Amino acid sequence: MTPTLIWIAVALFAIGLYLSWTAGRLDRLHARIDATRAALDAQLLRRASVAQELATSGVLDPAASIVLYEAAHAARQAEEEHREVAESELSQALRAVFGDAPQVEAVREAPGGVAAAEELAQAVRRVPMARRFHNDAVRAARALRRHRKVRWFRLAGHAPFPLAFEMDDEPPEALADRATG
Amino acid sequence: MRIGIVCPYSWDVPGGVQFHIRDLAEHLIALGHEVSVLAPADDETPLPRYVVSAGRAVPVPYNGSVARLNFGFLSAARVRRWLHDGTFDVIHIHEPASPSLGLLTCWAAQGPIVATFHTSNPRSRAMIAAYPILQAALEKISARIAVSEYARRTLVEHLGGDAVVIPNGVDVDFFAGAEPRPEWGTPAAERDTGGTIGFIGRIDEPRKGLPVLMRALPSILRARPDARLLVAGRGDEEEAVAALPAGMRERVEFLGMVSDEDKARLLRSVDLYVAPNTGGESFGIILVEAMSAGAPVLGSDLDAFVQVLDRGAAGEIFANEDAEALAGAAVRLLGDPARRAELRERGSAHVRRFDWSTVGADILAVYETVTDGAASVATDDRPGLRQRFGLARS
Repeated sequence: MTPTLIWIAVALFAIGLYLSWTAGRLDRLHARIDATRAALDAQLLRRASVAQELATSGVLDPAASIVLYEAAHAARQAEEEHREVAESELSQALRAVFGDAPQVEAVREAPGGVAAAEELAQAVRRVPMARRFHNDAVRAARALRRHRKVRWFRLAGHAPFPLAFEMDDEPPEALADRATG
Repeated sequence: MRIGIVCPYSWDVPGGVQFHIRDLAEHLIALGHEVSVLAPADDETPLPRYVVSAGRAVPVPYNGSVARLNFGFLSAARVRRWLHDGTFDVIHIHEPASPSLGLLTCWAAQGPIVATFHTSNPRSRAMIAAYPILQAALEKISARIAVSEYARRTLVEHLGGDAVVIPNGVDVDFFAGAEPRPEWGTPAAERDTGGTIGFIGRIDEPRKGLPVLMRALPSILRARPDARLLVAGRGDEEEAVAALPAGMRERVEFLGMVSDEDKARLLRSVDLYVAPNTGGESFGIILVEAMSAGAPVLGSDLDAFVQVLDRGAAGEIFANEDAEALAGAAVRLLGDPARRAELRERGSAHVRRFDWSTVGADILAVYETVTDGAASVATDDRPGLRQRFGLARS
């Protein structure tokens, strides 16, 4: 009788330890999602700011300026649920305006343009980077949260189910080309 | 920025990953960052200032060959001390899935962790079996880098998730500026009947493809009797030429192990660089080095090579292990100076994206992305048993 009870106690203790360790893992993953999401926000904001600066600088023709300004403004002001669409539209606007190498050259030739073009090139490269890191963290957390042990014992608590950030982040070709970089 | 880099393989053994880490560390230091590299090394090996030894690596059979790995209590303690003393803003682990320092560091650290996956061996059973063990450690990595699109695909298939592709770096100007050596080039009198072919790699490693090149050589020599093959690399030279007819053996010249300078000069001198590798390549740094030096490149159609050669635009491609195809392409290229000049030009423009100035900037961009709004790296002091049950005296 007593040995059986001891074994049950040991088993329960081991299970508790394992669950506690899993909860720790999950907690770390949620922290990683928060950090990568903050980094993604920062990169998106940076990209929109650079785009807006270029749009109002007078380097671009008026039509391109308006298209770019509209898209950048919309991306910055977007509500959370429209964010992905607004940011994708900014990507499209950037591709439309900076699709050709001569346009990028024109920006470079303007006073201070080399720095502005470089900033924009960095921003459009870092957005896909940050988004990949974020979605990678989301995938890892979702994989763990779907596991039986996490669902049955509600180890995730009240944390919302993590959602990936889906958008079109293809950079303009003329800015992404590294051959001349 | 304070950057900690973890090298999984012995610092005293030359290898692609080690060279990559050495160049990366030196590039970052030149930019003014503080870099510390943790690497397995014998205690008596002289190490550069920025390398910290994690102790001697132990040779163990792993994944089909004998690998020198670090594990166990002592190594884990050294990792913890390095993390504690370093107070890094970010740590960059190479090959985190190999059971060595990388994995130990993943266990012991918390904070912004960047990892680079170099290998791309399809269907690595060890990796699939070890998945549940690896997963808990790999989850801590905030950003993954794959060295090629091919390596990224392997990573996604085996471990899930995603990675950004940042190629290995090469100091393009070092190769582009090397002085050609006349005795490694083709004399003017032999321009129409000869040509110099270069090969760099381990002679006795069939994966590097020298046997394929040796099978192709008789056909090449029939078409161009004055052609020569220069081979740089370690291995048994007599065994390598044993399959060749006796009269042709003198057309093969072995240079043995060459220094970095001589490698660059060799690549600057030859008329054609041939990379007949038959598999196991995830990147193909030697092709980038050859293109940097302005050598026209003829490579086998491995996924990684096709990508580095820009799908055939920056260098020619032949069917893997097909000696006749190799011979045909080599003869055609040696007899067509205009095409070679075109490849030289395209190659030199193409390799700019592999220069350390570009690659280093991309890697730094990754560091900055993961450190944005995150605390610095620390040892992972997860609550011990006593703390979990509220028994620890704090």
